[in-house]
Amino acid sequence: MNTKSDPAITPELVASHGITPEEYERIIGILGRAPNYTELGIFSVMWSEHCSYKNSKPELRKFPTTGPRVLVRAGEENAGVIDIGDGWAVAFKMESHNHPSAIEPFQGAATGVGGIIRDIFTMGARPVFSLNSLRFGSITGEGSGVKNNRRLFAGVVAGIAHYGNCIGIPTIGGEVYFDPSYEGNPLVNVFCLGVLRHEQIARGAAKGVGNPVFYVGAETGRDGLAGAAFASRDLTEESKEDRPAVQVGDPFREKLLLEACLELLATDAVAGIQDMGAAGLTCSTCETASRGGTGVEIELTKVPQRETGMTPYETMLSESQERMLIIVKKGHEEEVTRIFEKWDLPYAEVGVVNDDGMMRVRNHGEIVAEIPASKLADDAPIYHREYQAPVQTGETVPDYAHDEPAAGLPALLGHPSIASKRWVWQQYDHMVRAGTAVLPGSDAAVFLIREAGKILAATSDCNSLYCTLNPREGARIAVAEAARNLACSGAVPLAVTDNLNFGNPHRPENFWQLRESVEGLAEACREFDVPVTGGNVSLYNQSPAGAVDPTPTVGMVGIIEDAAHITRQHFRQADDAILLIGGFGHELGGSHYFLTMHGKKAGQPPHMDFAKEKAVHEALRSLIRMKSVFSAHDLSEGGLAVALAECCFSPNGTLGATISIPGDAHPVEALYNESQGRILVTVKSENASALAGLCEWRGVKAQRIGTVTRDGVISIAHRGHNYEWDAGKLQAVWENAIPSVMESAE
Amino acid sequence: MRTAIVRFPGSNCDQDCFQALAALGYDPHYLWHKEDSVSGFDFIVLPGGFSYGDYLRCGAIARFSPVMKSVIEFAKSGGLVMGICNGFQILCESGLLPGALMRNRSLHFVCKHVGVRVEHYTTAWTQNASTGMVLNIPIAHGEGRYVADAETVEQLRRERRILLKYCDADGATSDAGNPNGSVENIAGICNAAGNVFGLMPHPERACDPLLGSIDGRVIFESLLASRKVQKVA
Repeated sequence: MNTKSDPAITPELVASHGITPEEYERIIGILGRAPNYTELGIFSVMWSEHCSYKNSKPELRKFPTTGPRVLVRAGEENAGVIDIGDGWAVAFKMESHNHPSAIEPFQGAATGVGGIIRDIFTMGARPVFSLNSLRFGSITGEGSGVKNNRRLFAGVVAGIAHYGNCIGIPTIGGEVYFDPSYEGNPLVNVFCLGVLRHEQIARGAAKGVGNPVFYVGAETGRDGLAGAAFASRDLTEESKEDRPAVQVGDPFREKLLLEACLELLATDAVAGIQDMGAAGLTCSTCETASRGGTGVEIELTKVPQRETGMTPYETMLSESQERMLIIVKKGHEEEVTRIFEKWDLPYAEVGVVNDDGMMRVRNHGEIVAEIPASKLADDAPIYHREYQAPVQTGETVPDYAHDEPAAGLPALLGHPSIASKRWVWQQYDHMVRAGTAVLPGSDAAVFLIREAGKILAATSDCNSLYCTLNPREGARIAVAEAARNLACSGAVPLAVTDNLNFGNPHRPENFWQLRESVEGLAEACREFDVPVTGGNVSLYNQSPAGAVDPTPTVGMVGIIEDAAHITRQHFRQADDAILLIGGFGHELGGSHYFLTMHGKKAGQPPHMDFAKEKAVHEALRSLIRMKSVFSAHDLSEGGLAVALAECCFSPNGTLGATISIPGDAHPVEALYNESQGRILVTVKSENASALAGLCEWRGVKAQRIGTVTRDGVISIAHRGHNYEWDAGKLQAVWENAIPSVMESAE
Repeated sequence: MRTAIVRFPGSNCDQDCFQALAALGYDPHYLWHKEDSVSGFDFIVLPGGFSYGDYLRCGAIARFSPVMKSVIEFAKSGGLVMGICNGFQILCESGLLPGALMRNRSLHFVCKHVGVRVEHYTTAWTQNASTGMVLNIPIAHGEGRYVADAETVEQLRRERRILLKYCDADGATSDAGNPNGSVENIAGICNAAGNVFGLMPHPERACDPLLGSIDGRVIFESLLASRKVQKVA
């Protein structure tokens, strides 16, 4: 079955496809013969880590995935679906496009956005907003590494903006971190959420023997060939040659595709629908067949192609963007024609659903690949990788006894990870769809889904520094922090999507980090009663310099029951009382203070006390429901001092604050500790003690620590000293940190 | 006010316009770009977005869409037409308004709330405002820099056709308060007869208090009010 022009199947060819000798034997077992070149390519992408999760599946099974609101579970379809009440639901997911973005940041990020958007509308949902979580190497300082990091950062942001803005889906929140461990290995995790009625949930199953299979969307070319396999190996110097493996996106095409698919789904014509993402035609064909318990047969000469002379191998492995596979109910083909001609999109009937369970590919009528669909889709080998805790996770805790306490605040605010991200989000249209109730720059994004009359909040979180020092605790905290950010916006958490970013899983220390992180995420999701609806695993984030810091990104969605509960992080007016809920804390381990002032990733991360954390969130929500909270902001990197400053940087004009911290802890601890479960809240002055009392009654520490002022000075009294800063000057440092290095680079 | 909101391939702000106008008492309908008639409509809106993906130039292809023939006839006979953001670009490309919208001075796409100052309240679009009134309305564009030759700009000024200018919160125009480098800080203009209005800011994003500003209502309510006055007369 190998055509004359195909290369012979040699051990070297098999190895270059990322297939081990054992996997090759397995393939022979499945086929009952050796694979031909096209089939080898098909197995290579379907059994890559990116598509099959063969190294991570055993771990992913630990996540809690069920709950009363779960309508479509993790792993069932392209995205999970959660009920939000009154017959409405949301489909959401987060995915990574790390490797492509390292090589070609603009298109890598753009196509990442395109891919996650397709995953949402393939479920029958209209995408309504996006978030993203980005990580790069350092952008401050000198050297070619820094220049490259700036180039990647600028390219990724421009790519996300290009795609998201053109397709008209607002990008309303996220996070950006900078750390040397991401040098050469940026992380680009993109999240999208869409809305639909329960009855509109669409499935990616090839149901109905005899139903025609339609291909719709952009023509197939040679771009992105074997992108899935590229994403499943380490980045090296030679990776530049993998540039063709980066797909090229056309957001305009996808906008047309989105509208046409939603129109088609509103008719009765669709039996199944799946987007063509990683592994393109291959993946969509075998997965739909597998889910339907059927087989699918396609004829490649019918596939719209934009290049001539494409081989079956190329057509099956191409990752050209903006394409969907639709199983149409026999007799309803005219709906497809009508709608796709209206939107001027290519479409073609390329195959049929049969009942023999095979994925059969023909070219000019001749069979060029024939593989049992479910074995291909679901029977990738599963590996239980070795894991080994490293001897030491962090550096020794520095001696801060003689540090000048006031120096930390401007330094922290000027660190690009903490500094204002306005340079980023002002490039995103974050207002299209007229639903963004809380703009970027607050703890969580808040969006009114007008169609459903529901207000959702969403956030993306992961402190990878904590995860480096203790992956289990860091992962617990990632979930807790996301829940805390949602609480600060007035929301109750509903569900989680995760994006696990780790190094090469064949190295036991990396796999240990993955295992530990999953344990931490799973435990925390159970504690907060938030099921994981799906997500993504990105391994091999590794270069010769080493692996990235373990980064299990958490995307969490919550719901706000009343518009009056929507809360933002900035202080509103002078004379308001400042309450600290959750106590003064003391833990400096894993702090950004150590990182920024001493250049060390040192100590153990702060302890996560779930009971305390949950009580704090509930207490805050009860105050918010009483409509007595003017602002709420949680403490995270940089502790109390940074959180206080951030609250003063109101978009309506810089405010000041005068607070005092009791006790006799070392001032550095008092100002910058990152103990968890703490929130700064402002309330009307005369209500302060009553509201603090209410928290105490709930078993949650709360006290008035000071007052918002109009003089633009931040003043913190502790142990007889007054630490003071000019809030306007701090704000300038915070606002200019990123633009000052990025604009000079242009 | 029976309103047609034209949908080009790539229009994104059509739903936002529909909802904002419906809430303010308009009677909005979507009009697909392949339709060849606008009869029965009192008012046409060309909404924001990326029609045809901004291929070639923003609005360059949309202006050839089948519906535009009728839109242009409608405009030339005095019909009310409003172009928002990409819609403004399409109006310039089709010659219904002078000048062009070019790449922002910063070369970046920018999305933020800006102040725009009403220059003349004596038009259907601004009659509920007063000269000098500052409206807080968001922009979101990469190609919003209005350019025109000196003669054209002078003519616009003389004929009182510059309706909105970018300004700071106190209403002062300045380079710093100009988000994209538009000549004379121009944010919105109308044609000689005053029935065609193009603006880069998105008033439909400033009609719901939940989103932070309701200043967009001033423009839409002005138009409704002007029609009522006409009917009475």
